[in-house]
Amino acid sequence: MAIDISAETARPSEPTEPSSPVVGRTPPPPFRAGGRPAFLEQSILTAGIGAVVGYLFGHWVGNMIAAGYPYISGFSGQNDDAIVLGLAFGAFGWLLGVGALNYPLAKIVGREPAPEVESANWTKYLRFTTDHKVVGIQYFFGVFTFFFTGGLLAMAIRTELLYPTNHLIGPGTYIAIVGEHGTIMMMMASSLVVGPLGNYLVPLMIGSRRTAFPRVEASSFWLFTAGYLVIICALPLGGFPTGWTGYAPLQTQGAGGMDAYLVGFAVIGLGMILAGFNLIVTIIHYRAPGMSWSRLPIFVWSILATSALLTLATPTLVAAGLFGILDRTAQTAFFVTERGGSAFLWENLFWFFGHPEVYIMALPGFGIVSELLPVFCRKPLFGYRVAAAGMFGVALLSFFVWQHHLFQSGINPDMRPLFMLTTELISIPTGFIYLVTLGTLWKARMRFDVPMLFCLGMLFNFLIGGVTGVFLSDVPVDVTVHGSFFVMAHFHYTIMGGLVFAMFAGIYYWTPKVTGRMLNQKWGKIHFWTMFIFFNMTFFPLFIVGLLGQPRRVFEYASNLQVWNDFSSVSAFCLGASFLIFVGNFLWTIIIDPHPAPDNPWDSLGLEWQTATPVPYYNFDRIPVITNDPYHYSEPDAAPVADLTPVPPRVAPTP
Amino acid sequence: MSNTTPGASASSSAEADRSGGGSGEPHHFRRMVMVWAPLAVVADVLFYFLAGPHIPPGKMTSSAGGAQLDFNILFIIALPVILGVWIFMGYSIWSWRASRLPGDPEVSPNSHGNFKVQFGWIAGTSSIVIGLFVFGTLQLIVPAGAGGGEGPTPIWTPQSGTVLPVQVIAQQWKFTYRYPTFGGFETTSLVLPNDTTIAFHVTSLDVIHDFWAYQLGVKADANPQADNVAFTTTNHVGGFTVRCDELCGLWHGAMFNYGKVVSKAAFETWAETTKTALADNTKYLPPFAWTYIPDANGADGLYYPDNVDPYSKIEIYGAQKTKV
Repeated sequence: MAIDISAETARPSEPTEPSSPVVGRTPPPPFRAGGRPAFLEQSILTAGIGAVVGYLFGHWVGNMIAAGYPYISGFSGQNDDAIVLGLAFGAFGWLLGVGALNYPLAKIVGREPAPEVESANWTKYLRFTTDHKVVGIQYFFGVFTFFFTGGLLAMAIRTELLYPTNHLIGPGTYIAIVGEHGTIMMMMASSLVVGPLGNYLVPLMIGSRRTAFPRVEASSFWLFTAGYLVIICALPLGGFPTGWTGYAPLQTQGAGGMDAYLVGFAVIGLGMILAGFNLIVTIIHYRAPGMSWSRLPIFVWSILATSALLTLATPTLVAAGLFGILDRTAQTAFFVTERGGSAFLWENLFWFFGHPEVYIMALPGFGIVSELLPVFCRKPLFGYRVAAAGMFGVALLSFFVWQHHLFQSGINPDMRPLFMLTTELISIPTGFIYLVTLGTLWKARMRFDVPMLFCLGMLFNFLIGGVTGVFLSDVPVDVTVHGSFFVMAHFHYTIMGGLVFAMFAGIYYWTPKVTGRMLNQKWGKIHFWTMFIFFNMTFFPLFIVGLLGQPRRVFEYASNLQVWNDFSSVSAFCLGASFLIFVGNFLWTIIIDPHPAPDNPWDSLGLEWQTATPVPYYNFDRIPVITNDPYHYSEPDAAPVADLTPVPPRVAPTP
Repeated sequence: MSNTTPGASASSSAEADRSGGGSGEPHHFRRMVMVWAPLAVVADVLFYFLAGPHIPPGKMTSSAGGAQLDFNILFIIALPVILGVWIFMGYSIWSWRASRLPGDPEVSPNSHGNFKVQFGWIAGTSSIVIGLFVFGTLQLIVPAGAGGGEGPTPIWTPQSGTVLPVQVIAQQWKFTYRYPTFGGFETTSLVLPNDTTIAFHVTSLDVIHDFWAYQLGVKADANPQADNVAFTTTNHVGGFTVRCDELCGLWHGAMFNYGKVVSKAAFETWAETTKTALADNTKYLPPFAWTYIPDANGADGLYYPDNVDPYSKIEIYGAQKTKV
């Protein structure tokens, strides 16, 4: 079927189809600037050199500025100015070294920037590359580096908690590990889906050849990696004692690792803002003709809602972090009570970011599950509009709930009923997602492939996580469970049980598209069952432990809680091992002994499956014309999703 | 959610039947309800009578009892909801999975939505949420803040005329307690009289801590130079644990101590004895105040706030004086 779209696409604002059908089919020829040898080109290697040089330079400047002023060094006895400037210049050097700033710098000095190096081999994954598919894969390895680093730290935490009073790790190291685990996991989870799947799939799903701002997109990834390096630096700098929430005045008191926390969140926060901004503009402006809002895949809706949160909430964190940095270096007093500041200011600023942040970690999971269920149920998505409305309802309400983290903090209590109400209201749009999924399951001929198993696992876990959230919103119950392991179990059920399970559903589902290779399904099922069982065995007992009175982030606990803690620890080790199954499966079936995948192994109607595998450089030979939404399963008479070979528009010859 | 699932699935099943679900097909929704309803009732009853009375934090104080009641009510509502979703998922998996119904899987009902189901679901979840909010607010306001810290100017205050003020001073990494009614002596363990309304005035000398008297159902952050007030009324004698519940640095995990609720007479005796025994120490302490500036020399030229006269004994335990 070929649809004549010439009338619609002839508008000058439309990304017009080139008159020659061959253009855009092949990537540009490889280009090597100045014929340099490969190892001299800008890559992660030069980025590393830039980071080291930047750190040394910043550290030197900091010592120049602040040496000889002992009061600047604060509680920690370290020169915070040198550390902050070192880390900031290190991150800057990393970006400079990888070439993220080549284009703007060239423009600033009035020169034409060198064309981008497009290389066909695997080294493009180690470079600053503007192809959204390469950035997506870079993000995939990036988030999993974060994830496994944080996971190893979690193993250390559970090891220490094997004994109530005997210590394998000292209290200082323990606190550093807890803070590092929390911060790394939060940073990872903010980009876990948006980074790899959002960047890779959104253009394919909306029929675009690229994202709106490819250089911004690529920069967001390199900022993300720079954030990783900065936050890892916290450990050799002495760690930070505050956990991921960074409460002042403990923040002002913390050692040099605290600077890494503040700079790291600022760097990665900048990356989050840019990533969200790019995706919002892409989704609004780069949809193919015919991709109306009511045909947008539900996953893209979830990415749109998440990106809105990333762009609007994260600036608060960056600003609050800047205040913290100034308190620690320039002796300002934003959070210092005895000089007129307020510790409550940090709490409010942090949670004003922090609560939208936790929905940044939930919405993409809803999106993946709602996107995948119709494929494996062979049914249309039940209540498409309700699902989209639910995601935006959650996103909007998430800005009005932050004080539920501060119910006992000593702020004025008169707003407490309001925040209890908004927090409980947010369970209504969240409930929409369950309405949609349960409605889709009704009378569905379900196939239990690995992605479907992970989707069902996500629904199972997130239900527990969501319902316990209502307990936490009730102020009298919160008096007991606030700050206890109950909270900790709750948010692990929502983030790990929800988002990480959904992410694995997405990985098993889209790997054939991305790589053209199939993950082993039998090992995938073993991975699912071990992960599902041990996840629940790890975190369910922690609800009980919390109710029985164990606060979070403690290295010692009441000896009567040892049985529960040991049960959880041993399960956590098994949970950690279950990821090795995935890693082994991935390495073996994707890299070592590739098993080619069919073009559309799940018989999906999604637009991303309609283009060739592996996806060509420009995604689509022609900009497709969307004719239907991608959920018309069990409807043999339904129109196809898109016309991939529309008649080229009659472009008027340019005068 | 629980009360809407019936209407929801009933109408969608009816619709599926109309659209040619076939004669002789069982009434799936009725089956689900028949599994769900007895299970939910039994689970709720078992929970309420077996686990309910033992749910933390017990009944030692009014706020603890309130927290326990709230937890039980929420659990009794949550359990049918969770069971409803699980049974729906389980039934769907068991009943309609492709491997059980061979043939072309592309024959699932192609419903894109159902107004009645969607409306019913939204109305049901909304009414549960609004109900929970009303209940939670009542439970927060009536027992004077439900044991949570209300800041320096509490708006939900106890009805009782006599309140025993106890100051909780947190610092890295210990709790101490001052009794302004008895000359402001300072102890390292907390002793409280039974059948008495207590006003905890929680403050900190350094970073943010959190005073969590677990069995008392009291939790209030200790902020430097802020007076965070939490109320509770003791109902039973016994021991309790106090833990720090806000990460406060290196030894946060080891920051705990113990307290006990004793009879009024025993408390009077203890307080008078301790006041006398500690008199020599008390006179070297900074004068009692609602907040303290940590540096004994008056950091930054500030002095201790002189806004309270805690030494006058009013009625039995001395009602809190209004600040000047």
